[in-house]
Amino acid sequence: MNTMTTSSTPSPAERKFHLPPVGTFGPFIALLIACTFFAFQSDRFLSGENLSLILQQVAVVGVIAIGQTLVILTGGIDLSCGMVMALGSIVMTKFATDLGLPPAIAICCGLAVTMLFGLVNGLLVTRLGLPPFIVTLGTLNIAFAITQLYSSSQTITDLPDALTWLGNTFGLGGTNVAYGTVLMLVLYGIAWFWLRETASGRHVYAVGNNAEATRLTGIPTHRVLLGVYVLAGLFYGLASLLSVARTGVGDPNAGQTENLDAITAVVLGGTSLFGGRGIVLGSLVGALIVGVFRNGLTLMGVSSVYQILVTGVLVILAVAADQLSRKGVR
Amino acid sequence: MRLNPLLALSAFALLGHASAMAADPPVIGLVTKTETNPFFVKMKEGAVEAAKKSGAKVVASAGKADGDNAGQVTAMENLVAAGAKTILITPNDSKAIVPAIKKARDKGVQVIALDSPADPADATDALFATDNYKAGVLIGEYAKAAMAGKPAKIITIDLLPGHPVGAQRHNGFLKGMGLTTFEAKSNELAKPSEVVCMADGFGDQAKSQTAMENCLQKVPAVDVVYTINEPAAAGVFNALKKAGKDKGVIIVSVDGGCQGIRDVAAGKIAATSQQYPLKMAAMGVDAGVEYAKSGKKASGYVDTGVTLIAKNPVAGIDSKDTKTGMDLCWGKK
Amino acid sequence: MQTTSTRPAVMKATGLVKRYGQVTALDGADFELRAGEILAVIGDNGAGKSSLIKALSGATIPDEGQILLDGQEVRFKSPIDARRAGIETVYQELAVAPAMNISENLFLGREIRRPGFLGNVLRMLDKRRMLEESTARMQDLKVGIRSMTQAVETLSGGQRQCVAVSRAAAFAQHVVIMDEPTAALGVKEGNMVLELIRRVRDKGLPVVLISHNMPHVFEIADRIHVARLGKRAAVLDPKKISMSDTVAVMTGALKASELPAECLA
Repeated sequence: MNTMTTSSTPSPAERKFHLPPVGTFGPFIALLIACTFFAFQSDRFLSGENLSLILQQVAVVGVIAIGQTLVILTGGIDLSCGMVMALGSIVMTKFATDLGLPPAIAICCGLAVTMLFGLVNGLLVTRLGLPPFIVTLGTLNIAFAITQLYSSSQTITDLPDALTWLGNTFGLGGTNVAYGTVLMLVLYGIAWFWLRETASGRHVYAVGNNAEATRLTGIPTHRVLLGVYVLAGLFYGLASLLSVARTGVGDPNAGQTENLDAITAVVLGGTSLFGGRGIVLGSLVGALIVGVFRNGLTLMGVSSVYQILVTGVLVILAVAADQLSRKGVR
Repeated sequence: MRLNPLLALSAFALLGHASAMAADPPVIGLVTKTETNPFFVKMKEGAVEAAKKSGAKVVASAGKADGDNAGQVTAMENLVAAGAKTILITPNDSKAIVPAIKKARDKGVQVIALDSPADPADATDALFATDNYKAGVLIGEYAKAAMAGKPAKIITIDLLPGHPVGAQRHNGFLKGMGLTTFEAKSNELAKPSEVVCMADGFGDQAKSQTAMENCLQKVPAVDVVYTINEPAAAGVFNALKKAGKDKGVIIVSVDGGCQGIRDVAAGKIAATSQQYPLKMAAMGVDAGVEYAKSGKKASGYVDTGVTLIAKNPVAGIDSKDTKTGMDLCWGKK
Repeated sequence: MQTTSTRPAVMKATGLVKRYGQVTALDGADFELRAGEILAVIGDNGAGKSSLIKALSGATIPDEGQILLDGQEVRFKSPIDARRAGIETVYQELAVAPAMNISENLFLGREIRRPGFLGNVLRMLDKRRMLEESTARMQDLKVGIRSMTQAVETLSGGQRQCVAVSRAAAFAQHVVIMDEPTAALGVKEGNMVLELIRRVRDKGLPVVLISHNMPHVFEIADRIHVARLGKRAAVLDPKKISMSDTVAVMTGALKASELPAECLA
């Protein structure tokens, strides 16, 4: 009668070459290397003012990336995030100026609109079973059109102070930190806690990792997916507020590249595009990597084309590193 | 691209009432670079307005994005098939669009380039455009005069590498400043040593703010900032204000949209070269109506004009005030 | 020693009928599972074997017939109803989330929260307790995986299936149904899982085992339910009947009435 033991002889799968799990620390190490490199290239790079600026510059994409991480963890993708963010900012600013609503109400209306788009995305994915790529491609265009029509393609200016408050700064350790930066870090903290420490957060991973198995354990996978898309919409709406605070206007032409920027941040952060694996904090690191390169290369006087080239190379490295650490090379 | 026939159909539906005015209204096609840039939005509106007045029908279409040539080729084919006798086009790729233009002209369609020329320029029957190089020169001359002979530290916040309009305005500006630069034909951005930082803002306000913030980290002091368009200038102003450095910095731009003129009046932008998309569109429509009526085609290059708008005039430089600018601006007044 | 024929019936079904359009999958099928036994369910393709199991596990609702659990009639509208009634199912396709660890997979859908404020308001999971419980359950079932925090995908196929079986055994109250649990495994791994199934039975949980694998069936089943043409053709005693005769009953070459009485169970 044989007793079961841990398999001490490696199975054929394990004998391939494996990198240690880079998914967790790889992006962070890459960020440190980049920062070290740029610190040597320019003595302005490590100044408190410069670092605070980088944090402000990545805030909008960073918060969008939280929502995008959630969607990608379930094995989906959300191409509409940037346009929905732009629509949210137009709704917030127009409601506060044209309709004269109190800023708090205007902001809530903006959040309601972005969450509504999340709901539409989620319903189309769960009820009709349509692929998220296609669904969000459609809602991307719809959100864009509504934004252009509602704003008449004009930026909205002369906003009440409350709408741009997050752009204000406070002193910290000799430099100025924006309230928006604090909001971004708090949101990341909340998302990280939820995904790591609560059952509903773990269910997001489970659905992305093996939706059928999760369904068989009795977890309502459709409700989990729907919740993820609506929650993502909320994060896009918060990004709208950050965008308004940063630029001081409601810009209908904003958000056009933010969907790919957010996906880049998520991928650079080590989250797998196949779902079920990844850490949301990685997306913050991913967004920072892009921001650091953009800032560092400008300080060095290098053309922005190289920044785009570097981003492309990094994305491939990130995906390859993830694959190598999990599956190994034959 | 299945979108274009739909666009054509919906445009027909929207303009249906215009057909009641003439026996057989001339159909004029308009193909802009993109749907989204407010400049082209206004151009389209201008064309529709002019068409209403002269009893023509405008069918509008566009490329998917800046640089999308294939989309414009398809749009032209669809418009010719829909019966357009004149096509107005702002080419995304001035060389690649030429075969499509030739095909249309061979069928007897009049093709007029708006805003940017085809390459070679005589591939189209006519060109109604802003001289983007001249637009740059005007603001460069203003900035130079405003500096009163002092050497200037310059930052340029550009569109993206290799874009013709971006290059013309950038190089024209440097010419106006009296610095080493490239000629109007070049698509490369010149970088004389007086330009202490050059970054791309992609014509987007938020991205231009980021670019300017990063430049300010590199070079703490600046005298003149050239921006590709007014949204970029707004972003640049934000960056300077946040750094407490907006006083005394001369920001110049191109476009003359109503929001931009408001920014000039508010003192955010020192001077801007105003261009006239509505005029281009109206001229194009008139040419289309004329062709349909008498068979006479438009020809040659008509400079639709560039006006320097500045809040504070400078000695030796001819500029118009912001009130004039607001009267002539395109966008929501 | 109590013979199986005197043990009480834990689960019983009579006259189950299920039609899919023109096709009748179950044609008045009966079923009986007794306490403390491993009942193998075998049958050719189209015999109604999987339809029977789906009806018992709540995956489908029978058109006619009755299901009794511990003497009480039950009607399952979904697999969750069956689970709530204490019936757990292990599926052929490995129903585990590969990237998550063993402890998480064991408690998937049934997570334990921390007590007090952290658990009720912040909804925090009690990972330590789940880890302890997982280790305890697996040790109880003598599954030799050392660390509960390793990701399931690092385990071999047999070990993964052991995790799935342990999960079912840990939470089942009345019945564990296993649908071809060794079908995707090699010889050594398959034996590993069979061992575990025996241990589950020995702990007092009756097991319904659907299988195509005759050697496995003959190795661990106490009784064999033969499904044929949507009905129950016979229930056989693997100790008394030969494998080839069993196959003959399955294909219809041999009828139950032609068998000596001692072969029936």
